[in-house]
Amino acid sequence: MTTMQVLFLIFAAIILGSAFKVVTTKKMIHAAFWLIVVLFGVAALYAMLNAGFMAMVQVVVYVGAIAILFIFAVMLTRKELLDKGPALNDNKSIAAVLSLLSFGGLYMLLRNWSGFMNMAPALPETDMVEELGTALVTPDMYLLPFEIASVLLLAALIGAVYVANEARSE
Amino acid sequence: MEFWNDPITTIFNSLLKSFTSGGMSEGLATVLIYLIGILLFVTFAMVLDIFLVWIERKVVARFQDRLGPNRLGPFGIFQPFADIVKLLIKEDITPVGADVIMFNLAPIFSMMSVLLLWAIMPFAPKMVGVDLNVAMLYLVAAGSIGTLSVIMAGWASNNKYATMGAFRTVAQMVSYEIPMVAAILVITVLSGTMGVVGIVEAQEFLPFIFYAPLTAIIFLISAIAELGRSPFDLNEAESEIVAGFHTEYTGMKFGLFYAGELLHSFTFGGFIALLFFGGHRFFGLENLGPIVGALIFIGKALFFYWVIMWVKYTVPRIRIDHMLAFNWKFLTPLAFILLMVTALVGRLLLDSVWLVPALFLSNVFVGWMTVLYLKSHERKTREAEDAKSAVPVAQH
Repeated sequence: MTTMQVLFLIFAAIILGSAFKVVTTKKMIHAAFWLIVVLFGVAALYAMLNAGFMAMVQVVVYVGAIAILFIFAVMLTRKELLDKGPALNDNKSIAAVLSLLSFGGLYMLLRNWSGFMNMAPALPETDMVEELGTALVTPDMYLLPFEIASVLLLAALIGAVYVANEARSE
Repeated sequence: MEFWNDPITTIFNSLLKSFTSGGMSEGLATVLIYLIGILLFVTFAMVLDIFLVWIERKVVARFQDRLGPNRLGPFGIFQPFADIVKLLIKEDITPVGADVIMFNLAPIFSMMSVLLLWAIMPFAPKMVGVDLNVAMLYLVAAGSIGTLSVIMAGWASNNKYATMGAFRTVAQMVSYEIPMVAAILVITVLSGTMGVVGIVEAQEFLPFIFYAPLTAIIFLISAIAELGRSPFDLNEAESEIVAGFHTEYTGMKFGLFYAGELLHSFTFGGFIALLFFGGHRFFGLENLGPIVGALIFIGKALFFYWVIMWVKYTVPRIRIDHMLAFNWKFLTPLAFILLMVTALVGRLLLDSVWLVPALFLSNVFVGWMTVLYLKSHERKTREAEDAKSAVPVAQH
């Protein structure tokens, strides 16, 4: 086993273990913090795949904004910050069936796939960030998805401003 | 001579030779040398931190017309060691109902978010931890770990004042991250890279302060807000919420928050020097070798650390709604306008000799327009208020 494989197994174990804690822990805030561990683990996987830009964006956007928003939501909606509650609700049997089905399906799909043994192709020596930036603004590559995503975000922004204005005028 | 030109590589090679001559495999030796290097680097940062405490206390004393610590050693330089002993022998209190693990993790995270930044500090071109090609994003990402540590501290303390401090910090840090990212983007547009070494190289002709003076001011303001120092010290406002998020921390755990804040200020001083003042360059003195360059860089970082202290001990704390309005209604739009102007002018005059004067003049123009707009806006609000208060008088 190479060092990279050992590192991958460690990070995968961290991600899976923390993801399990996210859904089973009783305190809401703890779930949010375990989620942050998961997100850091995913960032580490990106970094191992030579996608440093994705790793940093993962930390900035998911840890720095979304996870903190989660914590905020929990802090503002709960009367007691040390709020405890049952971790699982009544739908656990349906959830178990669904997750077994999807995991089984993935297993069936990947059982005969030979890609596990392939080595990753060598990366070009160019600056990856530059390649990514160029790809995002080249018309025959990813310009359209990029612009559609921007419009989507803009719509969300305008919606937020509209809602805020409505609340003030009342 | 070789050592003088490239000290890090020379030390690395000689260590590698002596390690492998004893029969150690090269891979293991490399990992070991990297570990030793990281340990030495972090130790350097922490020892520097001890003296930053002394510098901070001396400078605040001068701003307040006092002498500061002056009893222990020459100029009181051994005072921080007494402080450390005091912090270490204090009782370690964990409040009732605190979340023990997170309560103890928070100061570590706080220190970590600062030390992570040191990995990309370019003391000289060949004296940099890692030359990441996304270093500027890394700077923002490390800042979000700092935010996280404050939330952890505030929430785990089980204290309403601490939680309030955490709320304020998050509102502030998440908001001021945006103008900071826009300012960093301006630098990225100018230098064409996000890597620190590339940014320093791009300033060979002129430091970026001449290209983007307003951006430098925006970066300084948002850096101070990110640090949570006065006038943005709402998270530990002593007169309102005891000591904010670190109310419940005693001894060295508080010491870690305090030391982290000081080292963070110094680090941001270094980043201001890197982004806007040419990094290790100082009128050709840097050609003497990387060690001189590193000393110049530390000197510049200390100067901008002093600027941050100057602001801190001169300006009073601002109100929370003013803080948010200042960011969202003034700093963020201005930063984005500057980004657009810089991108446009930089594109139109690419490789032209008129690039620097045009960028400087466009900055002056944007600043002038901003001042005009603010003046007219202020006059309008004042007239509206006058009109409102004048009506009841007329009725009587």
